[in-house]
Amino acid sequence: MKKSRRKVFMTAGYHTVALGTGRKEFNPKKPRPGLEDYIREAGQGTLKQIGGGKNVDEGVISNIMAARFNRQGNLAALIPAIDESLRWKPATRVEGACGSGGLGLVTAVKSVLAGTAEVVLTVGVEVQNTVKAIYGADILAGAGWYRGERKGGHAYFFPSLFSDRAGAYFEKYGRDRTRRAFARWYRNAIENARLCETAQEFHNACEDLEALGLTEPNPRAFVDHLNVYDCSKVSDAAAAIAVVSEEGLDRCGLAKRDAVEVLGWGQVEADLTIPPADLTELETSRRAVERALGAAGAGLGEIGTVECHDCFTISGLLSVEAIGFAGPGEGPDYILEGKTSRQGEIPFNTSGGLIGWGHPTGGTGVRQAVTVWQQLTDRAGKWQVKVPSKRPYALSVNMGGNDKTVVAVVYRRAD
Amino acid sequence: MDYADRLENVAVLGAAGKMGSGIVLLTAMEMADLSLDPANKSRAFALHAVDISEKALSGLMRYLRDQVRRSAEKKTVWLRSVYAERSDLVENEEIIGQYIEDVLGLVRPTTRVEAAYGAGVVFEAINENLELKVRLLGQVRANGSREAWFLTNTSSIPIHELDEKAGLSGRLIGFHFYNPPAVQKLVELIRGGTTRPELADFAVQYAKKLRKSVVPSRDVAGFIGNGHFMRDLLHAVSEVERLSPDLGFADSVYMINRVSQDFLIRPMGIFQLADYVGLDVCQSILRVMSERLSAARLRSPLVDNLVAMGITGGQYADGSQKDGILKYERGRPAGIFDPARKAYVPLTEIAPRCDERLGAPPSAAKPWKNVIQIADRAGYLDGYFRELGAMKTLGAELAKAYGRRAKEIGLGLVKDGVADREDDVNTVFLTGFYHAYGPVNRYFD
Repeated sequence: MKKSRRKVFMTAGYHTVALGTGRKEFNPKKPRPGLEDYIREAGQGTLKQIGGGKNVDEGVISNIMAARFNRQGNLAALIPAIDESLRWKPATRVEGACGSGGLGLVTAVKSVLAGTAEVVLTVGVEVQNTVKAIYGADILAGAGWYRGERKGGHAYFFPSLFSDRAGAYFEKYGRDRTRRAFARWYRNAIENARLCETAQEFHNACEDLEALGLTEPNPRAFVDHLNVYDCSKVSDAAAAIAVVSEEGLDRCGLAKRDAVEVLGWGQVEADLTIPPADLTELETSRRAVERALGAAGAGLGEIGTVECHDCFTISGLLSVEAIGFAGPGEGPDYILEGKTSRQGEIPFNTSGGLIGWGHPTGGTGVRQAVTVWQQLTDRAGKWQVKVPSKRPYALSVNMGGNDKTVVAVVYRRAD
Repeated sequence: MDYADRLENVAVLGAAGKMGSGIVLLTAMEMADLSLDPANKSRAFALHAVDISEKALSGLMRYLRDQVRRSAEKKTVWLRSVYAERSDLVENEEIIGQYIEDVLGLVRPTTRVEAAYGAGVVFEAINENLELKVRLLGQVRANGSREAWFLTNTSSIPIHELDEKAGLSGRLIGFHFYNPPAVQKLVELIRGGTTRPELADFAVQYAKKLRKSVVPSRDVAGFIGNGHFMRDLLHAVSEVERLSPDLGFADSVYMINRVSQDFLIRPMGIFQLADYVGLDVCQSILRVMSERLSAARLRSPLVDNLVAMGITGGQYADGSQKDGILKYERGRPAGIFDPARKAYVPLTEIAPRCDERLGAPPSAAKPWKNVIQIADRAGYLDGYFRELGAMKTLGAELAKAYGRRAKEIGLGLVKDGVADREDDVNTVFLTGFYHAYGPVNRYFD
């Protein structure tokens, strides 16, 4: 990948609460904020930190299925609803399944690199609690290949795809150790989320999380190899971040220390109509990370914290291997040795990740960037981890569909 | 005739009532599931939902639509395999929608009892009124085009009596669901003296397919469930009568109701339960029992008086609770009837002084709905009742006396042969009343 021609930064991140089951204020029978409310809250949260909408050249909004969850299309036109000053400015909506947020980030980065914008407001959003999970499964199945896969697929389409991956992994590398690693992954996610008050699992008070995580899967009611604790929940949330040039930072009156620099990114697409060659590997994610590291000129030894796409415990585990921290089949040991926990070598998903913080599908990629920005600029409050000076970089990996659309980004605190 | 033959044509009498609508729901889904089996492709399943009220039948269809959806949403994994060959049904929503149509498509609401004449199974779920049951069952028997099997949901009337009076010659069995049938796991199965063995086999199979737990009860008025519940209620009434001279009627009702719910960890207080069942229904059950069980004192002048005053409890057509001994606001107790004043006294007036008099529940107390979710429930209950046992407050004393009486009633049912075993009594309370523990226990010894 070519070296970037300009420096690109991210700053002024913001995210809403991840609302859904588990949050005390969530009541499925009572009216809740709508799509616009989330977009406004997140967008305004960022604008407040960058001197208002007048400083913004352009907007990007990422989302998957508002057309079905909320019966709403034309989301680019909701960017001006954030602030009057955004009216008559360009805005783009991007979609790449659960990788939409990552696509939003790189769309903004490219605009800054092209020199067509100095400040891009990037918003990611999904509001999914408008339907019950069994119908939400239909909607999210659109991230798979509808004509080729849906009819033969499972009621819980995506959980089942990743359950198949878990099953293949069990077969190849053993079930017991892997299931224990899933349970540990779940525990780490919830323990991190308990430190972050916007997290969907912030109120989770379960005493023995690993025992819960070891609940035997129930194929009659759900899928073969995963239980519900192996899955991220249904979330409503939005996140926003400003993607800016050096000039943009100046315009917003922000110091470089308030920003992270994008050192490199990898954006990789696989063919939606071709099933994964090896269920025990996230090949597209691996390729995206290789590209991102290559572009950044960085090695894994410099990565101090990771935001990975743990829509399921198995995808968290496979991410550890795809990134390269553990070899094939070694992910369970890596996790069970505590290396991904917040006290571990490489703290993963420090605000809870998709399982703990929440998974507003189309917004997750942006939320990951916000968490990275919070960590690297010491804004992470109670969930702050120490990023060691010899490992100053952070990595985010955002995956759409069954490892089809992937964006990986390498960051460091700007100076 | 095999199982599917029997269930190809079914009639439910009293289909739109509280119990009937649940029976229609469960039976219609069972029939639809049979109809979706390729082996039954050539059959035409029909369930005749017979009720006297057109309005209630419309309500029944709305209820079915909602409930079948709920159920389908829980079994979508299976439904996708059932409709695997239907290329036009791809999404869960389409599959669930088709299932709802398939279930509702075999339900024929009607006010004409003649619709039951071709049925292989006739399920009777009308009012607890012997003459009416006998008349309807007899009419269907006399006009039926097939040798139908009759299942009755009676909760108190002996099966052999119904069988004899309606001339059913062993084609009747007691199949007593608990309210609401879609939720409560229990079916009490009562064979009359002449009930045919193959009918009993069918009934067991049918209960199993509905995923109900079956507890056999001897054919004695009230069976196990009401045999216990009515005596439990009469104990509560006698406690109120004992306390009333000093504390007043409304306060005594409040205290016994609260003790039976909060101190004994039951889903609702005893008087709220009586209102839920309906005081008029309780009255009929008590009458049926007292007329047949000579030894027992099974009458309640209090219930008789309240019913005579038009205070009946039970539910409105929309399912909301009617006022009874207690007054309800949004489904929750809000007052207590004072017969002397012929008016409800608000709980806000009664509760503070009564709660003080009762004293606090044990410190380990948790609401029933939390207790039923505790993994080591037995361990929790041991600790809780040990604490209660050591307490000397009025609330604790009333609770202990209540618990002892409940056990005595349970043991009496076993001694009289109504229940085969102590466990059966407990199962009835765990699965039919959703209690957290059975009445035959050691907590109050």
